[in-house]
Amino acid sequence: MKILNCPLNGPRNISEFVYGGEVTEMPDPNACSDAEWADYVLMENNTAGVIREWWYHAATAYWFVAERNTVTDEVVRTYPAGALFKERVAFGPPTEEGGR
Amino acid sequence: MPFGLLKYGFSRTYPVWRQFPPRPDLKPSYDVVIIGGGGHGLAAAYHLSRYHGITSVAVLDKGYLGGGNTARNTAIIRSNYLTPEGVAFYDEALRLFQGLSHEFDFNILYSERGHLTLAHTDAAIRTSRWRAEVNTHLGVESRLVFPDEIARIEPTLDLSREARYPVLGALYHVPGAVARHDAVAWGYGIRAAERGVELHPMTEVTGIEQADGRVTGVVTDRGTIKCGAVIQAVAGMSSVVAGMAGFKLPIRSIPLQACVSQPLKPFLNTIVVSGSLHIYISQSSRGELVMGSASDPYVLYSTRSSLEFTEGLMGHILELFPFLGDVKLMRQWAGITDMTPDFAPVMGTTPLDGYYIDAGWGTWGFKATPACGKNMAELVATGKVPDMIAPFTLERFHKFRMLGEKGAASVGH
Repeated sequence: MKILNCPLNGPRNISEFVYGGEVTEMPDPNACSDAEWADYVLMENNTAGVIREWWYHAATAYWFVAERNTVTDEVVRTYPAGALFKERVAFGPPTEEGGR
Repeated sequence: MPFGLLKYGFSRTYPVWRQFPPRPDLKPSYDVVIIGGGGHGLAAAYHLSRYHGITSVAVLDKGYLGGGNTARNTAIIRSNYLTPEGVAFYDEALRLFQGLSHEFDFNILYSERGHLTLAHTDAAIRTSRWRAEVNTHLGVESRLVFPDEIARIEPTLDLSREARYPVLGALYHVPGAVARHDAVAWGYGIRAAERGVELHPMTEVTGIEQADGRVTGVVTDRGTIKCGAVIQAVAGMSSVVAGMAGFKLPIRSIPLQACVSQPLKPFLNTIVVSGSLHIYISQSSRGELVMGSASDPYVLYSTRSSLEFTEGLMGHILELFPFLGDVKLMRQWAGITDMTPDFAPVMGTTPLDGYYIDAGWGTWGFKATPACGKNMAELVATGKVPDMIAPFTLERFHKFRMLGEKGAASVGH
């Protein structure tokens, strides 16, 4: 069984985790065009090499980030999402000014 | 006649039949370059040369012909899909498959078995009924059957109510079939080569040349060639090659594993699939049980095999066929699939003029081979997108016109 090192729970079997896709930058949903949003939601870099990706430890409902090589399946390192995301993203309906 | 046989065997002019002509040198230019010498690429080459009179075609492959996903699928052919677009497309493929041995004068071992998609839940019964209605409406023979009839179709299947997930019913798709997948690629390759198509295995594409938004050439490790049009048919590596051409795809590369058991006497009549248990099983003409499961849980460009796969798969196979408990597994392997968000393929034009894409083949590529080759060839020859593949355009993802084939295209949900 492959082992993934969860920043919260330590090394656990890979079957306890759910894959969340590559970490990409989200465009402002209230300001971007439909095409930009489609690009963000549906298009993939699908890089063959080391990428940053979301993983979820299902048993503890914990999302974190892993750097993994998509060719060799080696996990370079894992860390809490807070290392990348310093501010909370507010998902709200657009205000009258068009901002958030 | 042993003496005659010896004489024949030791003859200096031993008449070896060579399946493919020797690889020629690359010419400076071709009308059409096809990247990827699997079933799809060779089918497109065949259709270009046979039906459109285009013979200045080079098929390039990084490895040997038909050695990628063409050789790694579980060789199932069916058209019991969910969306009308999908049903029409896969049915054209199935009908072409039925006549392929005659068309090639080369046996692809096409064997009609019938295809049972088991339903273990009310929701699965509902989807089966839906698929049966869509299929029947489009002239595809599928119907909902219940345990009494399933017992007659597939007598060895465990239909007891004591099972962990009792079988409530099934979608029975009568024309479901299997074929020798390598032979499909060989048949297309042999007949295309006879018409002048050049086959270039062990030729890796390293770049795409373009000018004014139009493709002009292909850079390979054996030199650069000019061309009028390119078909990219490299499922598994689609994003990497499309990256050379300068555009992105809605594809994740995910391994799909499969395995075969030791050969057994024929006992399995049909192809048995269970979406709830994430398995499919059929018996090859050699007697081996060919078994597969859902694609792996995460992105990976590797054809490694894993113990989790066999462990999970066998647990579920034994729920349906408990008597297989002592049967040995012989081989396991993996292919790399192109998983799209709507579980439908991507075929047609791209942002680069003259560069045509044949990608997005997740777990449904082999069964599409003849229809894909035919329609891609028509697209390249006429410059017009055939109606049959128009819904599968790459543009659909930017227009939010997806095809929602998940309920019928795979067992991974």
